[in-house]
Amino acid sequence: MSLIELRNVSKVYHLGGEEIRALDDVSLDINAGEFISIIGPSGSGKSTLMHIVGCLDSPTSGSIKLDGTEIQNASARELARIRNQKIGFVFQFFNLLPKLSVLQNVELPMVYSGLPAAKRREQAMEALKMVGLENRSKHRPMQISGGQQQRVAIARALVNNPKIVFADEPTGNLDSHMGELILQLFHKLSTQGHTIALVTHDPEIAAVTPRKIEIRDGKIAQQVDPKLAGVTEKFSLEKVQAR
Amino acid sequence: MNIFNAFIVGFKEIWAHKFRSLLTMLGIILGVSSLIGMSALVKGMENGMREALIAVGGVERVRLDDKDIPQYQQHLADQAVGCTMNDVYALEKSAPLIKMVTPEMRLRDAVATYGAKTYEIWNFVGTWPNALEMNQHVVQYGRMFNEIDDQNARNVCVIGVNVRDHLFGSDEDLGYEYNPVGRTINIRGMPFTIIGMFERYESERSKKERELAKLQPPDPSRTNGPARSRGWGGRAANGGFVYGMKNSTVYIPLNTMWVKFRASAGSNNIPDPRLTTLSVKVADVNHFDEAIQQAQNVLMRTHNGIEDFTFQTQEDWADTINKAIHNYRVSGGIIAAIGLLVGGIGIMNIMLASITERIREIGIRKAIGGSFLDIFIQILVESVVIAIIGGVVGLVTSVGLVNLFSYVSPDDNTPVITANACILAFIFSVCVGILAGLIPAFKAAKLDPIQALRYE
Repeated sequence: MSLIELRNVSKVYHLGGEEIRALDDVSLDINAGEFISIIGPSGSGKSTLMHIVGCLDSPTSGSIKLDGTEIQNASARELARIRNQKIGFVFQFFNLLPKLSVLQNVELPMVYSGLPAAKRREQAMEALKMVGLENRSKHRPMQISGGQQQRVAIARALVNNPKIVFADEPTGNLDSHMGELILQLFHKLSTQGHTIALVTHDPEIAAVTPRKIEIRDGKIAQQVDPKLAGVTEKFSLEKVQAR
Repeated sequence: MNIFNAFIVGFKEIWAHKFRSLLTMLGIILGVSSLIGMSALVKGMENGMREALIAVGGVERVRLDDKDIPQYQQHLADQAVGCTMNDVYALEKSAPLIKMVTPEMRLRDAVATYGAKTYEIWNFVGTWPNALEMNQHVVQYGRMFNEIDDQNARNVCVIGVNVRDHLFGSDEDLGYEYNPVGRTINIRGMPFTIIGMFERYESERSKKERELAKLQPPDPSRTNGPARSRGWGGRAANGGFVYGMKNSTVYIPLNTMWVKFRASAGSNNIPDPRLTTLSVKVADVNHFDEAIQQAQNVLMRTHNGIEDFTFQTQEDWADTINKAIHNYRVSGGIIAAIGLLVGGIGIMNIMLASITERIREIGIRKAIGGSFLDIFIQILVESVVIAIIGGVVGLVTSVGLVNLFSYVSPDDNTPVITANACILAFIFSVCVGILAGLIPAFKAAKLDPIQALRYE
């Protein structure tokens, strides 16, 4: 059984009497342990897809099964709980809370899941160790570099041991070297068994993932062959793996 | 997220904006302290009024006062006799519901002198020996005059403690308690031998203050020289208006007053037999109205049916006190509550600004699993924390405020902070905090996480 099953999912917005089909009859399976990328130009509906699968939004029609449970009709409260327990988000702008220290930022999801303070601390340190930032735990987000901030955000996404991690343009705000390091980290995490979905408009970044899902005009176009897309070797899977 | 965590986050948020939070709290601080200050002032007034009520005699005491003749009897005005001894004897004989009758003839502009010192007596009264009981006087030194003094119209007097203080020196001036019994003073040029002195009447507070002052070493600048006038509003010596009047009393026998001053009064030597006041004591408070009616009937006969008198009951006064206190409490409470509400509006305003500033943070919190309730509680707790801190600081500042009030308020109306007022003000401030937080918390909690995350 696959981890995520989308069946005929549509999302329709009404803007000034005009109907916009952000997602149009999408069916998709994602298996546990997969490293995929969702790729498409801006406005294609890839963000909407991520929001719906990530339980930030509900579909207009269709059904979604996440880890065996149907979520399309879940209440806001259940969705919040699912986001907390089963889904991790990594954003383009890192989205760390500037007033909290790195450690407190990583602890935050566990605060909402109601873990006791000692356990939170222990798990947060573990997650920071995983991204190699355990010695920065007392710093504020503003005191560390962009790449480090993104690694903190990844630690935060992983700390509740989610079923799937969504990364929305995780390298979009970093220079190419930092971006490469982040992609390496994702690759490493995927080899450790985490399910990771990269959302990006950039085929070069999508090239690092074994499976690519291309969205165009709210529909799944095809699985993209990186060679056909004219991708250079910069971010190729082999190169990343070789490091 | 549990409440405890929410409180910690709330405190951090407030600490992160110290100045802004302080300004916001100021509304609550002032609201709480003015609420408590107001209640303390009213409580002080109430205490002062009640003590004064007791000092002038209990509820069973009724005073007979002159009254303007009613309109329909105006043509009989020249036959109105006023209050005289006839009334006293009539009441004693014919009104069994009246226990005691005390006539009083008062003389104004009575100045007492002793050596070079003079003192203007407030209450220079010729009366019967039973005035001691009627007016709740207590003799400290010597004795009250008796019937024989009265029959013989002896030149004796019993004085209040203020008279002694001004003519012979107070305890503070002399450093010891002076016993004036046996001295002869002149009142309106007539020698009177002091045969007794009343004790000092004062409110509980000034009594305590005086006792504390006794423990202090004497002030060297006050040991010599004459006592200076402190003006009419002085708070040091008298200790309250009612007590000041009562301490400034000189009693002489009624017949002495009649023979020496009233039998040939004024420039044309016309005797003036009218009594200034006539006090009666009701035998049984449960038959109060009947007793008053009986006295009224008796007096209508002696006054030739002319209604030129009225009864002043202390019950009226007690009712007036209760009514006045209630009014003060309600009006002051409303004003202070408005102050607190304004403070609450300040909190709401700052919370709304704060959530607008933190839309992104709220989006992040929602994305990583914060539910509606989590965010709602977080914002609400923040507003409540501001109100609680403001309330506690307000309680502390109210002590200072009340101390300030006690300097400007009259002596026997010392403001009293009651526990009830504190609890009420605190609970009210917390309620205001909750109310002020509801709208911002709701607004924050129902933010769409996707929109909030995109917000720049």
